This record gives sequence, C-alpha cells and structure tokens, in this order.
Amino acid sequence: MAAPAIAIENVKTGEVTEAVYEHPFIVRLCHWVNAVALFVMVGSGLQIFRAFPSFGAKIPQKDLLNWPKAFAIGGWLGGALQWHLTFMWIYIASGLVYIGYQIFSGNHKQVLFGPRDLPGVWPMVRHYFFFGVKPPVREAYNPLQKHAYTTVIVLGALSVLTGLAIWKPVQFSWLAWMMGGFHWARLWHFVIMWAILAFVFGHLVMVVLHGWNNFVSMFTGWKKDPEYPVE
Amino acid sequence: MSSRTNSRNFRGMSRRELLKLTPLIALGGFAIPGLQKPLLKTGLGFSDWASAKLFRSAHLAPTFSNSDLTPFSKFPINDYDVDDPEVDFDKWTLTVTGAVQKPGDYTLPQIQGLPKIRQNTRHVCVEGWDVIGRFGGVRLSDFLKMIAAEPTARFVNVECADDYYESLDMATALHPQTLLCYEMYDQPLTREHGAPLRLNIPTKIGYKQAKYLTDLKVSHVLERVGYWEDQGYSGFYGL
Repeated sequence: MAAPAIAIENVKTGEVTEAVYEHPFIVRLCHWVNAVALFVMVGSGLQIFRAFPSFGAKIPQKDLLNWPKAFAIGGWLGGALQWHLTFMWIYIASGLVYIGYQIFSGNHKQVLFGPRDLPGVWPMVRHYFFFGVKPPVREAYNPLQKHAYTTVIVLGALSVLTGLAIWKPVQFSWLAWMMGGFHWARLWHFVIMWAILAFVFGHLVMVVLHGWNNFVSMFTGWKKDPEYPVE
Repeated sequence: MSSRTNSRNFRGMSRRELLKLTPLIALGGFAIPGLQKPLLKTGLGFSDWASAKLFRSAHLAPTFSNSDLTPFSKFPINDYDVDDPEVDFDKWTLTVTGAVQKPGDYTLPQIQGLPKIRQNTRHVCVEGWDVIGRFGGVRLSDFLKMIAAEPTARFVNVECADDYYESLDMATALHPQTLLCYEMYDQPLTREHGAPLRLNIPTKIGYKQAKYLTDLKVSHVLERVGYWEDQGYSGFYGL
C-alpha cells in the first residue's frame, strides 16, 4: 500500500524534495509505548529471575547465571513483580491496539510478510550478510524487514502466552500443558525474551545504518527523501 | 505526486505530528518518586482484580501420581522467621472468631473428624520454583460449615504461632482443593512444615499457604491482608 507522498519546495533555494507519510500516528504511539513497556518487562523480569536463577523444580541445583542487579528493575522480588504485573497490561494493550490498527486500517500490507515476499528474501540476505548487490528498493520495507517485523509480533504474542502460563498455571493449565508443562513454560518465557532482545539489537543497528531521516520518521510519521519510488 | 508544499509548512506539519505523541509523557509518571509507588500499587491492584475474575470455583488444579512427587526430604522449608515456633501440641487449639455461629477453640481431633482428603498437587513459590507434594487434611469449606460461618462473609483470616498472618477470599476458601492440612506424605505434619495445622491451597501461591495455624477469623471486611502482602507482594495471587 502506498503511503501518502508530498513534494516539498525549499522556501530559500527552491529545491524540491519528496517526503512520504510512512508511520501512521497509532503505529508510532504503539511503537514507543511498547518500547518503554518492553524495557520495563525485561528489566523487572530479570530481577524476578534473580530470585531463582534456574529452571525446573527446586531440587537443589546450580544457579544458571547470576544476573547483575544493576541491569534489573525493581530492586527486589516484590518490587520487580509490581513493575512486571503493572507493565504487562501496558505491553499487552499496546500490542493489541497495534495489531488491531494494522488489520482494520489495511496498513498491514506495508509490513506483513507474505508469500509474495518470498522470492526477495535470498537477494536481501546476500546483500546484508555476503556483500551482494543491493536489490532495487520498491517499497517501504524489504522482504527481510517484513519478515523481522512479522516474526517479532509473533514473539510478542508468545511472550504474553508463556507469561500467562506461568502466572496462572492452574486457570490456564492447558496453556502450560501445550508448552510441555510448567517448567518448560518458564524456560520458553525466558528464551522468547532473548529472541525479542536479538530483534531489538538488529533493529537498533539498522536504525543507526539508515540515518537521521529514517529515525525522525518514527516520531513525525514523515520520511524525507525515501529510498523507494513514491507516486 | 499528489500534493505540494513548502519547507516551512512541512516543518509545521512535522511538528504537529510530533506533538500528537505527547500522551507518552504520561508514562514518565512512573519515574517520579512520589507517583511511582501509588501507580505501581494501582497496577498490582488491577492484576489482583483480574486474577479474582479469572478464578473459577469449579476448576481444579492439576493433580499428580505418586511417582511424580518430589521426595519429602527435598520439599523446601520456607519461613519468614523460624523453622519451629515450638507449638505445645498438648495445649494446641484453633481459635475461631468472627462471623460464625459457633466460635470457640477447636481441637485437632475435632477437625480430623471431618472427611479426609488426600491430594498430590503442585506447590508454587513466588520465587519461581515449584515442587509436587502430597497433602492430607480436611476441606476448609467443610470446616466453615462446622463452625457455621455466615454465608455472606467474604474473607477467612488466619494467624500463626510464628506471628505470620494471611487472608483468603471466600471463593478460594470454599474451593474443593483448599485444605486445612495436618498431613504431608501420609505422615503427621512435621514442625518445620507447619505442625499441627497449615493451609494447603493448590490454587494459590506458596506464601498464602500459612503454617502453624493458631487462629481463624471469618470476616466481612479485610483488616489485614498478609505478612508478605504488607511488604509489597500481591494480595490475591491466585494461580
């Protein structure tokens, strides 16, 4: 779906540049609310993990990793649980509003990875990882980007479901059962957090590589000098 | 290209779009020391409200076979204070007060006269570990019938020999798996596991399952939630 485009004439030089309205308001709002919520969920989650830094039952067993307190939120288990049980609602709400908006506005066509993106995956991988020629840019997101953004939504949903399974292992015993039991649900919850953090790392690298205009667009919605052709 | 503008107008347009994001500043409230505590308390309160809504009276916690049991010697002993508050078993009674028609001191044989329940259920600690234990006792709901608790009462409050205290919402108190527990692994409760009487509630987190019970009060209002709750933990914490 083509985003609305505009031609901008510089009042001093008369030079004309193009801009495209790439990120609708709801998408920008959800993005930043979710960024804050994710930060708090990871920080408080790691503090909760510090209380029993292991997996399985409480058969005397070695701590897996002693996560430093400086990289955790809440100060102690009870404090971290307050943050976690508060921000989980904000995290869930931002996710639901985002997904709902993408579906009902039709904006998902810009970002959802689909079968038509498949042929473009390999050329993009070659370009990113093996110094291949850059494939021509035709739309806002390339196939690999769409793949990443679609995958991270699935991971976000799984982080909620695995969290629900360990918060409510009785009321949602079927959820824990589907994940291989209570112990596995806790492990999945932890693994999915790292998968999301891996996405965030790659995301931030790409933000740095793609420069200022791209970064500003996540605040104002408008991207100046888009790399792809506009109507 | 459908529309045209100049750089000055574009800057204004961009600024207006940026200002639409000002609601985000509300999240900054969590960083203000005076606001942080009440905000987190509200968040935890909302989670407790949702937990109570998610609780289903007829939904049973998973039960396990004897081969799934954690060996008794590996069942952790957690206290907030002492392992053994030195209860005098000869003089021990459960003192019942509050919204009941038959208040008074109940002896262990009186309580053990109610139908006996045995269950292998998961004990989940707020720290994140869990064990599967075998518990024996009487249904709290049967005991509430015996003491003729008022049907409109909303809470069951307990006090313990080590000065620990806890409370239960009535829906959980009436749940068929909520026990006044006097046996673990088919043996009388040992002192460090809460002899002579403790709570076993497979639908609640560990710290709600108080040990060394001495007093039980049925009430319409919640006067004290619980020891750990007063330190900042969740009040409902249903599993």
